[in-house]
Amino acid sequence: MAITTALPEELAARVTVPMSYWQTVAWRLARDPATLIAGAVLVLIVLSAVLAPWLAPYDPNAGSIRLRLAPVGAPAHLLGTDEQGRDMLSRLLWGGRMTLVAGLTPVLVALALGTVLGVLAGYVGGLTNTLVMRTMDVFYAFPAVLLAIAISGALGPGLPNTLLSLSIVFVPRVVRVAESATVQVKGLEYIAAARASGSGVLPIMRHHLLANVLGPILVFASTQVSLCIILAAGLSFLGLGVTPPAAEWGLMLNTLRQSIYVNAIVPALPGVAIFVTSMAFNLLSDGLRDAMEIRA
Amino acid sequence: MWTYAGRRLLLAIPTLLGASIIVFAMVHLAPGDPIAAVMPAESSQAEIEATKRAYGFDKPLPVQYLVWLGRVAQGDLGRSIATRRAVILDVRDALANSLVLALSSSLLAFALGVALGLLAAFRQGRALDKLASAIAVVGVSVPHYWAGIILIIIFSVQLNWLPAMGAADDPGVLPYLRHITLPTVALALIPLGVITRVVRSAALDILNQEFVLALRAKGLAARRVFAHVVKNAAPQILTVLGLQFGFQLGGSVLVEAVFSWPGTGYLLNLAIFQRDIPVLQGVILVLATFFVLLNLAVDLLQTVVDPRIARH
Repeated sequence: MAITTALPEELAARVTVPMSYWQTVAWRLARDPATLIAGAVLVLIVLSAVLAPWLAPYDPNAGSIRLRLAPVGAPAHLLGTDEQGRDMLSRLLWGGRMTLVAGLTPVLVALALGTVLGVLAGYVGGLTNTLVMRTMDVFYAFPAVLLAIAISGALGPGLPNTLLSLSIVFVPRVVRVAESATVQVKGLEYIAAARASGSGVLPIMRHHLLANVLGPILVFASTQVSLCIILAAGLSFLGLGVTPPAAEWGLMLNTLRQSIYVNAIVPALPGVAIFVTSMAFNLLSDGLRDAMEIRA
Repeated sequence: MWTYAGRRLLLAIPTLLGASIIVFAMVHLAPGDPIAAVMPAESSQAEIEATKRAYGFDKPLPVQYLVWLGRVAQGDLGRSIATRRAVILDVRDALANSLVLALSSSLLAFALGVALGLLAAFRQGRALDKLASAIAVVGVSVPHYWAGIILIIIFSVQLNWLPAMGAADDPGVLPYLRHITLPTVALALIPLGVITRVVRSAALDILNQEFVLALRAKGLAARRVFAHVVKNAAPQILTVLGLQFGFQLGGSVLVEAVFSWPGTGYLLNLAIFQRDIPVLQGVILVLATFFVLLNLAVDLLQTVVDPRIARH
């Protein structure tokens, strides 16, 4: 769809210089309320996680036997307390740090490693391509959840192992997208023209190829963040991620699970945090994809 | 068609072999000596060495792999360290329970997802479309293990309508249905979101094609146009259904943990905490094999529905 058709007439009259691609993207994003709200929510979540040491009213690990499972709105404990009498608000704020780290790091690792492998495989082709892509196919023999749990289960609990197992889940996905985008762009005429005019492999990759494949790869990676957050919290929920007494949303959900017969609201709160964060990432990546006009 | 089927079948073999290497490597990923971990603490070094020889752990890794693969090919997945039972028996029982759960949740998600997706495409931009889009986003964003807990809180703790845990002990269809209802709903959320989204966009793509305009222009009833669109979107819909069913089979670990549903996920969870590596390997190998074969079946089914695919 041409961009001019989306412009209201009075605005189209004022536009004299055509907008650049990124200006167009920003212009579309600025007019997409769902994406803007999702973005604002994410900024809030990230800020509250970063500023947890200053925002949290209590020490997240300091419990009190007398104050176990206080309801939401209890005096001095806005969101109640958990099964050990620790302040829920403080633990949710601190927990966001772990969940965000565990949800973002594997996708960033996959973005870096997967782009390099995928672009290489796609551009060089031949045996390199076969080797890289067939190896990645092997990881597709497992559903994502199963692969993450299997590797974490074999490695044992702990944040580093969670990051490793989730990276193994997400690298092959990015490689596939990067490879197919590269093969597609590589076949376009302007690459042939650049090669005919004497450009070397590296300049072509840097100036012509990367600029055109990074968009789809970035958008794809952004769609994976919410899945990664759900999986990371899920590993902790199974006892395979962050180890107690650290505050982490998945782990909190697990330890509070036994308390649903006493208090129905407080045990559900960590899940609400995971849900809202993952939904915000999903809405943001949807908006980004639409604004960048990338079909996935 | 048959050459294509043959080629796809051949391609599945290296994938399965690769998967078996990953599963085999899990023993060695695990921290600590796999043999020392199962021996009584007071065993002497000589006893440990003897056990290692007995199990073939003194041989080089590639030899160990081939021996293991040979036994797996004959259906021998080893014995559980915890229960001493043959792993294949445990996996078989658990797989039956997981298959039932995967089937019931897939059916629920397919029926709702396809209906919602198609309706949304035909009512693009209207309230129903907005609702379908909202369900799609929530479905793919919700942590399904948390959704399971919420279902338990509402339907088991508060309302006391349905049981929260396990499969039915007493025989009969009704107790079984009562136990499977909540896990089915929790497990159906993700595929519901994915299917709604894919079906909607597939149907929209077809609706925007010129032949639909031609059909409408010649005055074809809306119901007949609908049939044409569904037919043309069928290959894409079939693919997403098949893939989602596969994900259900392997992806139920978390839901099975929440509801203590005695399936493969529950077994896997148990194996992880007892550091029962043979069971861990057995479950994953069987699920991966199922998953690869299912993907293969989906591919082949697609070429039956849309023969153009085989020619590419």
